[in-house]
Amino acid sequence: MSTTGQDVLSVRDLRVWYGTERGAARAVDGVSFDLRPGEILGLVGESGCGKTTLGRGLLGLLPRGAFVDGDVTFKGKPMPAVASKEYRALRGAELGMIFQEPMTRLNPLMRISEHFEETVRAHHPGVSRERVRHAALEVLRVMGIPPTRYRSYPHEFSGGMRQRLTIALALVLRPAFIVADEPTTALDVLVEAQIIKILADLRREFDTSLLLITHNLGIVSEACDRVAVMYAGRIVEIGDARQVFRSPQHPYTQELLRSTISLSTTGLSFIPGSPPDLVDPPAGCRFHPRCPHAMRVCATQAPVPLEVAGGQRVECWLHGPESQVPPGGGEPLHVREELSVADEA
Amino acid sequence: MAVMRRVLAPFRETVGFSRWMLLAGIVIVAFFVVLAVGAEWIAPYGYAQKSADGVDFPKLAEPGGDHLLGTDRLFFDVWSRVVWGARTALEVIVLAVAGSMILGLALGLVSGYVGGWFDRILVLVMDALYAFPPLLLAIVFGFLLADKIGAGVVSAALSLTVVYLPQYFRVVRNSTISARESTYVEAARALGAPGRTVITRYLFGNVIHSVPVIGTLNAADALGTLAALGFLGLGIQPTDGADWGFDLSRALDDASSGIWWTGVFSGAAIVLLITGLTLVGEGLNETINPVLRKKRLQKIRREETIR
Amino acid sequence: MPTKPEAARAPRRAEHDETLLSIRDLRVHYALRGSSLARLFGRDVGTVKAVDGIDLEIAKGEVLGLVGESGSGKSTLGRAVLGLAPITGGSIAYEERRIETMSGRALREVRRNLQMVFQDPSAALNPAMDIETAVGHPLRIHRLARGDELRRRVVDALERVGLSPADQFLTKYPGELSGGQKQRAVIARAIILDPVLLIADEPISMLDMSVRSKLLQLMLDLKADLDLTYVYITHDLASAKFFCDRVAIMYLGRVVEIGTTEEIFADPKHPYTQSLVGAIPDLDPDRSTPRDLPRGEIPDAASPPLGCAFHPRCPQAFDKCGWESRDLRVLLESHWTTVPEAEYDAERAIIGDVDALDLPDHVAALPAGRGHSGGDVERVLDTIHAADPDEPFWRGVRQRRVVDAGVGIDFHEGEDPALRPAGGVQVACHLYPPPGDAAGPPPQPKE
Repeated sequence: MSTTGQDVLSVRDLRVWYGTERGAARAVDGVSFDLRPGEILGLVGESGCGKTTLGRGLLGLLPRGAFVDGDVTFKGKPMPAVASKEYRALRGAELGMIFQEPMTRLNPLMRISEHFEETVRAHHPGVSRERVRHAALEVLRVMGIPPTRYRSYPHEFSGGMRQRLTIALALVLRPAFIVADEPTTALDVLVEAQIIKILADLRREFDTSLLLITHNLGIVSEACDRVAVMYAGRIVEIGDARQVFRSPQHPYTQELLRSTISLSTTGLSFIPGSPPDLVDPPAGCRFHPRCPHAMRVCATQAPVPLEVAGGQRVECWLHGPESQVPPGGGEPLHVREELSVADEA
Repeated sequence: MAVMRRVLAPFRETVGFSRWMLLAGIVIVAFFVVLAVGAEWIAPYGYAQKSADGVDFPKLAEPGGDHLLGTDRLFFDVWSRVVWGARTALEVIVLAVAGSMILGLALGLVSGYVGGWFDRILVLVMDALYAFPPLLLAIVFGFLLADKIGAGVVSAALSLTVVYLPQYFRVVRNSTISARESTYVEAARALGAPGRTVITRYLFGNVIHSVPVIGTLNAADALGTLAALGFLGLGIQPTDGADWGFDLSRALDDASSGIWWTGVFSGAAIVLLITGLTLVGEGLNETINPVLRKKRLQKIRREETIR
Repeated sequence: MPTKPEAARAPRRAEHDETLLSIRDLRVHYALRGSSLARLFGRDVGTVKAVDGIDLEIAKGEVLGLVGESGSGKSTLGRAVLGLAPITGGSIAYEERRIETMSGRALREVRRNLQMVFQDPSAALNPAMDIETAVGHPLRIHRLARGDELRRRVVDALERVGLSPADQFLTKYPGELSGGQKQRAVIARAIILDPVLLIADEPISMLDMSVRSKLLQLMLDLKADLDLTYVYITHDLASAKFFCDRVAIMYLGRVVEIGTTEEIFADPKHPYTQSLVGAIPDLDPDRSTPRDLPRGEIPDAASPPLGCAFHPRCPQAFDKCGWESRDLRVLLESHWTTVPEAEYDAERAIIGDVDALDLPDHVAALPAGRGHSGGDVERVLDTIHAADPDEPFWRGVRQRRVVDAGVGIDFHEGEDPALRPAGGVQVACHLYPPPGDAAGPPPQPKE
């Protein structure tokens, strides 16, 4: 991965809070990361960790009443305030989105050709039908959809084909950045593998950076260049995917990898407890109540992001800095809060 | 218990215009309920009373004096007729709505769950009923019932029940059919639950929520139909009870001779109660229907986010 | 390589002699109703063979995995065992009793012993019923307990599935619980009748990764404590490998491979099994290898492919597998996804209407387009053949006839492979012919 190119997207201290009846839910709470051109960044974590909110927040697709703050730089230029009108104009042309359920994104009454025409003309009014067809067939070919089907209706396609269609629709304007939110969750195993292969091949055909949100760690290992592990609204570990999977540095990443059932699973292991309530997250490190290595300092002070030997950035007191740990802070946290199965499930 | 909680939950969540609609409707309806319940005390005379203390009422007396809203050509006290009319109207509406609701719910549940020929025949019958103009249907049934049980509150309520039954049936049957395919119903069958249990314990609680809205909307409609029946002389006989529609038809001739008080008040009562019931219905609809409902989302202030 | 904790596995093996459930030639067909016009006249347009001739024995105490993609009929099979799907033919025998003949009371009675856990825990619980009522309902339905006894057993079942302290959950409604908690409640409801067999239909697939292993552990514990037999329906081979004693791989209503978990995973025989195993993304970044994925998706069960149902996707298919006209259309279309637009436009003009190919037949006619001849069509086919000579399609072509109007293609007559022993497992695939059958080893060696 070359680092010479300018970052496509650079996010600093992004926060997305929702108002709920019980108070503000800090779904994304101080997230920073960079995305390089043509890179696929996997975003993983349990549900309720803010993955989807982060993805939608970056595209300005948030419900009314949500609070967004932070700096987003896109292709070197500071972005207009997220959720502003100017931001929305970038959607589709520069920022794309792929959703979990493809059929909800396709209009059953419109031919595929009309979908493409509408998408292209929304940003480039007056483009001829012929040029739209040319651009569309180009992306459809990469997605493995035969050009004979260009005039078909969405219902004439199978589930996997529909997801390829929505990817093609997101790509036809050649956006520089796409958020794919669990794009394969609704699909079958073999079709999922096909789609993952297509996404992994994208960087060869298009110059698009992808934020791939998934709960399937195998997909990340298979398709992503880098991975960000999210827990309770924060990125706790981010780095080269191979590196993170080979030697995870944050206890949460370690536990997440260990609890995943794969072909080589010989015994079950799991993380006690469940992700915290985002309205009232635990003090200090948000993972400390579930962490097997929790220390005293973890319960009181939020950890500092730190670059570790493998090159990944980790938020965990185990990696220091020593100078900021108060005296005695390194002692193991004996009184781990009682975790009954009731809370976890 | 659970059903009540689910039914009542939206009330607490109502906001804005729909809440005002609901409130205004409730106030209007409550006013008539008070009239109906307390008719004995509120109305100075009976609904078919033509004299008091041995003195006959004057015919077509102007409002004022002994008769607050005057008397009509049958020597009845108009104010008393309006008050007693509220009782008749509410009795008929409550009976008719409750009847069609209960019957429609039961038939809809069974028809939707059992399916097959039973369902087809019922749907056919209900659709046929639905296709008739409501008034025509009510007239036909009013005639038939008047023969059998007399033209009283019960027969009026029964003929209205028939008119509104298909609406409940259709709504309940449709939601039963979709609920029947849900996993929890399949799960209940997997547990070994017989059909009766599935209907009462698994389907009932999940299809009932659509019924109250139709109930209130229908109530307004039913009042209109009842008034029309009365206007045509097929409603309640003046000696059996006060009927606003009947009074209105009697007042027709008076209107041309400058006698306004015999018609205006019963007419206004009809309009007001229909308005009240409609407001309640629409208010409920906006509250209960999740598509129309505006949920309260708290706004976050910037200061809160700075730690 | 042990795939399970030794302690848990050793005692289970010996018990697997007693047959609990025996399924013979089971068929579940659904009548398909077509367009609204056909529906208006009540005309049936076809049948979907959701389950089409399945034989299975389930031994007491084992965990049998039914694995396949959606549309493979695995869920229908599970439901048929409980009498929840209409059985068209064949038999299901549970301890002398024949489930396919039962109805009403008898069926409800037998369901005391056979219970089910569903994929979506949120949908499997009545949203209008609190947990105490829901979990205790089976006991009330079967009039087995009431009052304090009922409550005691509900509390007991909740504690057993880890919902403790149970008091906290009794008055809750499903909407107030997390996904994992709901699934635990569903399991509590299933075990409260003390069943013999539990059919678990994708019990963990809707749950979060970190919750899945907790639920699997719970199911293992319950199995040991309550002496349960499981049918574990899943599309996730990784969890099946860990959890099951035997695995049946299903495709389009049939079992295509069945055997012990060890044998299936050590040496998957059916090309479909091979591709399923290969499709699981590996967590270890150093091990992930480029894969040869089968193309396309599971076909429409209303008109399944001729011959072997997997042949259109199979990388190893050969002449016997049942090639037909629809495969020609797929071949053309997938070829057109590889060529530039101009070339496609040119070739598309040469070939006429391809819609006629959608009627399955062993003979296909590829018409020439307006102003073109059969020779032109033949040239396009040659180009396609030359571009990918290893394409299995060409192995199915018996002869090509070039006429003026186009090209006629005759395919080899296919054959539907039956489930046959191969090694330690049973496979339905022509690559593994019955002993003594000279009908042909595959033309190319399996790699």
